[in-house]
Amino acid sequence: MHRDNERYRAFSRRAVLLFGGNVILLSGLIGRMYQLQVMEGERYKTLAEDNRINLKILAPLRGRILDRFGRPMAVNQQNYRALLVPANISNVNTTIAVLSQILNVSAREKKRIVREVKRRKRFSNIVIRENLSWRQVSQIEANALELSGVMIDVGESRFYPDREASASILGYVGIVSEREVVRDPLLQLPGFRVGKAGMEKVHDVALRGKGGTSQVEVNAFGREIRELSRIEGRRGSEAWLTIDNELQKFVAKRLGERPASAVVMDIHTGEVLALVSTPSFDPNIFNKSLSQAEWKQLISNPHSPLTNKAIAGQYAPGSVFKMVVALAALEKGVISKNFRVFCNGEVELGNTLFHCWRIKGHGQMDLFNAIAQSCDVFFYEIALRTGVDRIAVMARRLGLGQKFKIELPGEKAGLIPTRAWKRNVKGSKWQQGETLLAGIGQGFILATPLQMAVMISRLVNGGRLVVPSMTRTVVPFAGKPPEYITPPSFKNMGVHASHLGLVRKAMVAVINSPFGTAYKARIKEPEFFMGGKTGTVQVRRISEAERESGVLKNEELAWHERDHALFVGYAPLEIPKYAISVIVEHGGSGASTAAPVARDILLELQKRDPNSGSGAMPERREVRLEPEIQAKQFLRED
Amino acid sequence: MLFSQHRHPELTLAEKFWQLNWSLVLLITSTASIGFAMLYSAANGNIEPWAYQQMIRFAIGLVVMLLVAVSSIHFWLRYAYVIYLACLGLLIFVEFFGATGMGAKRWIDLGFMSLQPSELMKIVIILALARYFYASRMEDVERLSYLIFPVILLAAPTTLILFQPDLGTAILLSASGIAVFFLAAVRMWIFITGAIAGIASIVPIWNFVLLDYQKDRVLIYLRPEQDPLGAGYHVMQSKIALGSGGLSGKGFLAGSQSHLSFLPEKHTDFIFTMLAEEFGLIGGLVLLSLYFLIMIYGFAISLRCRHHFGRLVGMGITMVFFLNFFVNIAMVMGLLPVVGMPLPLVSYGGTSLLTNMIGFGLILCIFINRDVTLRPGSADRYS
Repeated sequence: MHRDNERYRAFSRRAVLLFGGNVILLSGLIGRMYQLQVMEGERYKTLAEDNRINLKILAPLRGRILDRFGRPMAVNQQNYRALLVPANISNVNTTIAVLSQILNVSAREKKRIVREVKRRKRFSNIVIRENLSWRQVSQIEANALELSGVMIDVGESRFYPDREASASILGYVGIVSEREVVRDPLLQLPGFRVGKAGMEKVHDVALRGKGGTSQVEVNAFGREIRELSRIEGRRGSEAWLTIDNELQKFVAKRLGERPASAVVMDIHTGEVLALVSTPSFDPNIFNKSLSQAEWKQLISNPHSPLTNKAIAGQYAPGSVFKMVVALAALEKGVISKNFRVFCNGEVELGNTLFHCWRIKGHGQMDLFNAIAQSCDVFFYEIALRTGVDRIAVMARRLGLGQKFKIELPGEKAGLIPTRAWKRNVKGSKWQQGETLLAGIGQGFILATPLQMAVMISRLVNGGRLVVPSMTRTVVPFAGKPPEYITPPSFKNMGVHASHLGLVRKAMVAVINSPFGTAYKARIKEPEFFMGGKTGTVQVRRISEAERESGVLKNEELAWHERDHALFVGYAPLEIPKYAISVIVEHGGSGASTAAPVARDILLELQKRDPNSGSGAMPERREVRLEPEIQAKQFLRED
Repeated sequence: MLFSQHRHPELTLAEKFWQLNWSLVLLITSTASIGFAMLYSAANGNIEPWAYQQMIRFAIGLVVMLLVAVSSIHFWLRYAYVIYLACLGLLIFVEFFGATGMGAKRWIDLGFMSLQPSELMKIVIILALARYFYASRMEDVERLSYLIFPVILLAAPTTLILFQPDLGTAILLSASGIAVFFLAAVRMWIFITGAIAGIASIVPIWNFVLLDYQKDRVLIYLRPEQDPLGAGYHVMQSKIALGSGGLSGKGFLAGSQSHLSFLPEKHTDFIFTMLAEEFGLIGGLVLLSLYFLIMIYGFAISLRCRHHFGRLVGMGITMVFFLNFFVNIAMVMGLLPVVGMPLPLVSYGGTSLLTNMIGFGLILCIFINRDVTLRPGSADRYS
C-alpha cells in the first residue's frame, strides 16, 4: 500500500508536469494567434484584401516548322486578342452587347463565351476574338470604361506564309477541344493551340515547348499588381522537314486547282522533297474563328481539299503497274528479253474480249517495246503466264500494298489483290480475266501516289528497299540540324540487276524515243533527260456498242467519267536522283496531262539542284548503269 | 466542486446515468456545435454537404459515448488487449486492402462511412498500455526488461502507420504512448536517454525512412517562403486568412479568403483558419477555452480516480485530445509542418469524431467508476 501511494504521488506529480507543459504550449498557441491576428493583423488584412497570389502559366512559343534548308514553312505572328476577365464583369451579356458593336459578335460566339465563363475558374481569362485589327484594338481601348472586363493582349499565333501550298504536309493548329483538356495546365490556357493535322499534329508535343510560370499578385478584382517571380518556359523545338519548300510551292502552282497530287522524292534516301495534294486549303483559316459556312464549304467540296491525296488517295495504277508485271514475269522465267507477242488490238478470253488501248494493235511486241508503247495485249499475255500471286509478291517488294508509316496521319495501304485475298474478302474464286486486268494495273489494284513514287525509286536506285520519310530532325530552338545526315542504308530487294536494267531502258524509251507514249512530254535539254512511265486509268466501263461506234474521247465525257492521268518518272537518266509520281484525277491521258506536269517539275528540280550548280545538297551515292543501257547509247542504237 | 464524495463501488444503470458528468457532455456538445456552424459556413451557407452529415454523426457519436460511459470499467480492463489486437489487425488489413487516398492507404470503406483504423488506435493504444501498467509496482517500472513488452505494444502500430505512410499520426501515436510511460512513473533517465537517441537517429531516419513528400513538408515548414506555390501555399494562405481575421473577425460567412477558395481543405484540416478568419482572435479563444475546459475535466477526473487503470486511461486520453487540437492549430498557424490532422470535434470526418467520442465516453466511464477497486490481478480474475 505504501508503494501504491508512492505510485499515485508519482502519477500526480507527472500529470501536473504534463498538464503544465500543455498549458505552456497552449499559451504559445494563443501568443501566435495574437501575433498573427493583432500584431500583424493589418499586414495580413492588406494581403488578403488587396493582394492575392495568382499563378499564371506563360505560353511557350510554338516551334517553327522548317524545310530542308531551314526556310520557314510555319511561323508565329503577332496577334492582338480581346480577352474577357470574368471576375471584372458584372454581367456577361451587357459586356458582349457593347463589344458586339465593335467586333460583331455572333450568337454562336456569344454562346461559346458564356459557356466558357461557366466552365473556367473565376480568374481565368477567356479569349473573345483573336487577330484584331488596329482599328478594333483602338476602339476597344477607347471604350475601356464600359468594357472594364475586356482586356487586350498581344500573343503569338501560328502563320503559314505559303498558305495552300504546303497545307497537306503541315496540317494546322486549333483550339484544344473540351475533350482534350486534361491535367496539363498548359492546355487550359485561353486560346492555346495544338496541332490538329499534318506535321503540326505529328510533332505537336515537341513543337509545343514547355510552359513557364509567373507568380503575380492580383487584387481582389483579379487585376495584376506585380510579378513576384517568374520561371521562363522553353520555346518549342523546331521541326526540319525533308521538303524543299521552293520546289513544294512550284509543284503546288503547277498542279493548280484541279484535283491532283504529286510526290517528289530522293530515290536513295527516301526523303520526300515535295508532296502536294490539290485542291488545298489555307491552314491559316483554322487559326481564326472558322465560320460554319467556311467549314461546310471545306468538307462538302467534292474535290475533298482536307484529304491528303498523296498518301490517302487510292487509285488504280494502270500502265504504271506494267513494270511490276514485267519484273514478275522475268523473275519467274516465263518470258525472256526477246519474248514476243503479236498485238492485233484485242485478246479473247472465254467469251470476253480484252482490248488494247490502241485499237488497231501494236504488231510484234517484245518487252522493251511493250513498255515503251504501253501495249496492253502483251501484258495480258504475260500476266496470264505469270499468275496474279507472283505479280502481287513483286508489287509488294516494290512498295505497293503497304503503309510506310510515313509521319503524316491518314496514310492508306492501297490494295494488291491475290487469290487468297479474293477468297477471304470477296468470298469468290479468282477469275482469269481478273489476272488480265491486273496485268495492266486495273481491276482491284489500288495504289497511292506516295507508293508509286516509292515504286519508281526502287526501280531505279539499284533495287534497294528505300522507304520514304518527311522529317529530317527535330531540334531545340535555334539549333542546327546535323550538317550531314547519314543516309539510311536500305537492303537490296533482290531483283536481278539485268531485269531492272531492261525495265529501266524501256522507261527511257517511253519518254525519249519517238514511238514512246510520252515523247511529246520529254525534256529537251540532254543533261536533264528524264525517264518514266505513263498511265491512263479508265474509270468507266466501255461497252462493246461504244467500241463499235468508236470510243468516246475524254473531252466528250462528263468530268467524273474521264480517265485518271498518271505518270511516274525519274531523273537524271544516267545517275538517277529523283523520283516523281503525278496523278491528275480525271485528267485524261497520262501522256498528255500528267507527263508534262512531271516534266516541268523534274526540269525545275534539276535546274535548282545545287549539285548541278553550287553543291549544297547532301552528297549521294552514285548508281552507275551498265554502259549498254545508258540512255545516249540507247538513243544511238535507234 | 466537480465531484461528489460518495463512494459507490457498484452502481445500477440508472444510477450511472444520474452520476454522469453532464457538464462535460455539455462542453463537448458546445464544441461540436461550433463545428456545425463552421461546416455550414464552409459550404457557403449551406447545411449540405457537410454540416448535416456531421450533425448526424455527432448524434450517433453521442449515443456511443454514453454507452461507453455507462459500460463496466472491468470490461475495458479485461478486453484491452483483445481490442488492441483487433485494431492492430485492422491496421494490417488497410496495409493490404485499404482504400488509397492522397497517396496513402488509410481507410477501410464500410459503405456508410470510411473507417480509419489509425484514428481508433490513438485511443486503443492508451487502453492497452494502461492495462499493462495498471498493476505495476514501483520496482517493476524501474526495470528495463519490464518495459520491453509495452515498447512492442507501442512500436507495432506506430510502424504500421508509418508505412501507410502517415508520419503525423505515427508521431502523435508514439507521443501519446510515451506520455503513458511517463505517467506510469518510468524513470526520468530513460526518457532523457531516449530523447538523446531520438535526436541522434534523425539523420538516418531522414535518409532512409522519410518519403520525399514528407521531407518536402518538413523542409517547407522550415522555409515556407521557398515554395509559395507548392506545399507552402496552404500554410501561407492559411496565415493570410487567419491573420486578416484580426481581433473580432470578418463575420460569419464573410471570410473572404476561405470563401474565395484561397484556403484549401477548409472543412477538414484548415477549419480553424476559417473560424479565426470569421470570428477573429475572440472566436479562436472561445474554442481554445472550450478545449481547455474539457482538458481540465479530463485532468481532474484522472487525478480523482482511485485506480491506476482509470488514471492512466483518463490522463492518456486527455493527452491524445490535447495533442490532436494542438498539432492541428499549430499547423494552420505555421508553427508545425502540415501533417494532415483533423481538429477534434470540429473538423468534418467520421472516424475522428467517433474516436473522440469513444475517448470522452471512457473518461466519463472512469468518472462514474472512480471509486471502484481494481486490485492488481483483478483483470485476471475476470478473464
